[in-house]
Amino acid sequence: MRKPKELKVKPIKNGTVIDHITSNKALHVLKILGLPDGKSRVTVAINMESSRYGSKDIVKVENRELESNEVDQIALIAPKATINIIRDYEIVEKWKVHLLDEVHGILKCPNPNCITNKREPVETRFYVINREPVILRCHFCERLMGEDEIESQF
Amino acid sequence: MGFQLENVISIKDFTKKDIKFILKEAEKMEPIARSQKTSKILSGKILGMMFYEPSTRTRLSFEASMKRLGGSVIGFSEVAESSATKGETLADAARVVACYADAIVIRHNAEGAARYISDIIDIPVINAGDGAGQHPTQTLLDLYTMKRIFENIEGLKVALIGDLKYGRTVHSLAYALAMFNVDMVFVSPKELKMPRDIIHDLKEQRISVHETTKISDVIDDIDVLYVTRIQKERFPDPEEYSKIKGAYRIDAKMLNGRDVIVMHPLPRVDEISVNVDALPQCKYFQQAFYGVPVRMALLKALIK
Ligand SMILES: Nc1ncnc2c1ncn2[C@@H]1O[C@H](COP(=O)(O)OP(=O)(O)OP(=O)(O)O)[C@@H](O)[C@H]1O
Ligand SMILES: [Mg+2]
Ligand SMILES: [Zn+2]
Repeated sequence: MRKPKELKVKPIKNGTVIDHITSNKALHVLKILGLPDGKSRVTVAINMESSRYGSKDIVKVENRELESNEVDQIALIAPKATINIIRDYEIVEKWKVHLLDEVHGILKCPNPNCITNKREPVETRFYVINREPVILRCHFCERLMGEDEIESQF
Repeated sequence: MGFQLENVISIKDFTKKDIKFILKEAEKMEPIARSQKTSKILSGKILGMMFYEPSTRTRLSFEASMKRLGGSVIGFSEVAESSATKGETLADAARVVACYADAIVIRHNAEGAARYISDIIDIPVINAGDGAGQHPTQTLLDLYTMKRIFENIEGLKVALIGDLKYGRTVHSLAYALAMFNVDMVFVSPKELKMPRDIIHDLKEQRISVHETTKISDVIDDIDVLYVTRIQKERFPDPEEYSKIKGAYRIDAKMLNGRDVIVMHPLPRVDEISVNVDALPQCKYFQQAFYGVPVRMALLKALIK
C-alpha cells in the first residue's frame, strides 16, 4: 500500500475524486450527485489553490463511482473537472469530463412557453453554442440559456 | 440545385442561396398569383392547415397559394376546431394530419411547435408562426418586396421601427438582411430596443447597425422604413404609451418629397396614418400580395 504524498485530508481507500471543479461550484456538483445523503463520506474543498487554473474546488466521495449521466451533468457546471477513480488508495482511472455538442434531457428549457414545457411527450434538447462560459440554445424554441439558468436547475 | 431544405421552420436554417432561390422562383409565380396564367403543378396534392391561433393573412395566403398551383387544402383555423380541446397532444394531431396531407402549415402559440412536429412526421412542415418565435415566410416575403422594388437587396439602408424587443418579425428580418449586407438602423423607444444578443450576432457578422430613438434621425438617409406596432400591453402606464405611440407614427407629411418606401407586416392599427395609403411610398398592400408568390415558390420547392 502506497500512500499519496501531500494530501491535506485523509486518503480514501475506494471512491471518486472530482478535481479541478470550477471554483465555488462544488455545492452544485454535490447536488447533481444527490449529496449529502446522510450516509456517504464526502470531503469538499472550496477555493483551493490550483497551479493550472488559479483556483478550484475538489469533491471526494468514498465508495462511489459515477454514472455517465452524472458526469455529463457535471460537465455543464464544471467543464474542466477531472474524474479520478480510486481503488485501494490508487488512482486507477483518470479522465476529463467532456461537454458534448448536444445536451439531451438533463435540463428544462427556461422559456415557459417552449413546446417542451407544454405536456408534450418530448425530451429537451440543447446545442452547446459556447463552452466558456457555457451557453446553450434550445433546439425547439431557439432560446439561449446561460450559466445562471443552468445552475439554478441543480 | 437551389433549395435543400425539407422544412421551413426558422430563417436561421436558410443559406443565402436558399433565400435567393425562393425569391427567384417567386418571380416566376407572379403571373399565376395574379390569375394571368393557370398552373396544375400541385394538382392532386393536399396541404394540411393546423392553425391553433387565428390568422387571416397568413392562412388565406397559404390557401390561395396552394389553390393557385392546382392543389387543395384541409385543416382547421382555430384551436376550438382542433382536437386539442379534447386533450390530444400536438404530436398525435400532427401524425394524423400527416396521414391525409402532403405538407403541413402550422401556427401555434408555443415556441418550437413547428420544429417539434417536423422532427416527428415525414412530410414537409412550414412554420406559420410559433408564439413569440419564428415566422420565416413573413421574412421571405419582406425580402421579396424589397427585391421587387429595388432589384437588389444588397446595399440597401433599412430602418426597423417600433417594438424591436418583442416583435418576432423584426428579429428574423434582421438576421436575413444581415446575409445581404444591408445597413440597418433600429428605431425604437428605449424600453423596446432590439435584444442585445441579436445586436451582438449582427456586429459579429460585421453588419453596420445603428440605434436611435427618433425617426427624424434617419428619415433623410434611408431606403426602407419597416414599421411595426407598439402594443399597449408593453406599457404599464397608459399615458406613457400614448406619448410613445405618437412618436413612432408615420404620416404623409413626414414622407413628403422623400425617396423612401414604407413597409409593414400588417395588421396596421394607427402606427401608419391612413393618409399614407394613397402615396407612392406606401408598399404594405403590395407586400401583402407578395405573400402569395413567395408561398407558392415554397410549396413548389417542398412538395415532391
Ligand atoms: N487515495 C486518495 N484519497 C483521496 N484523494 C486522492 C487519493 N489519491 C489521489 N487523490 C487526489 O486526487 C487528485 C488527483 O491526484 P494526482 O496524484 O493524479 O494529482 P495530479 O498529478 O495533480 O493530477 P492532475 O494532473 O489531474 O491534476 C488530487 O487532488 C489528489 O489529492
Ligand atoms: Mg493537480
Ligand atoms: Zn425551448
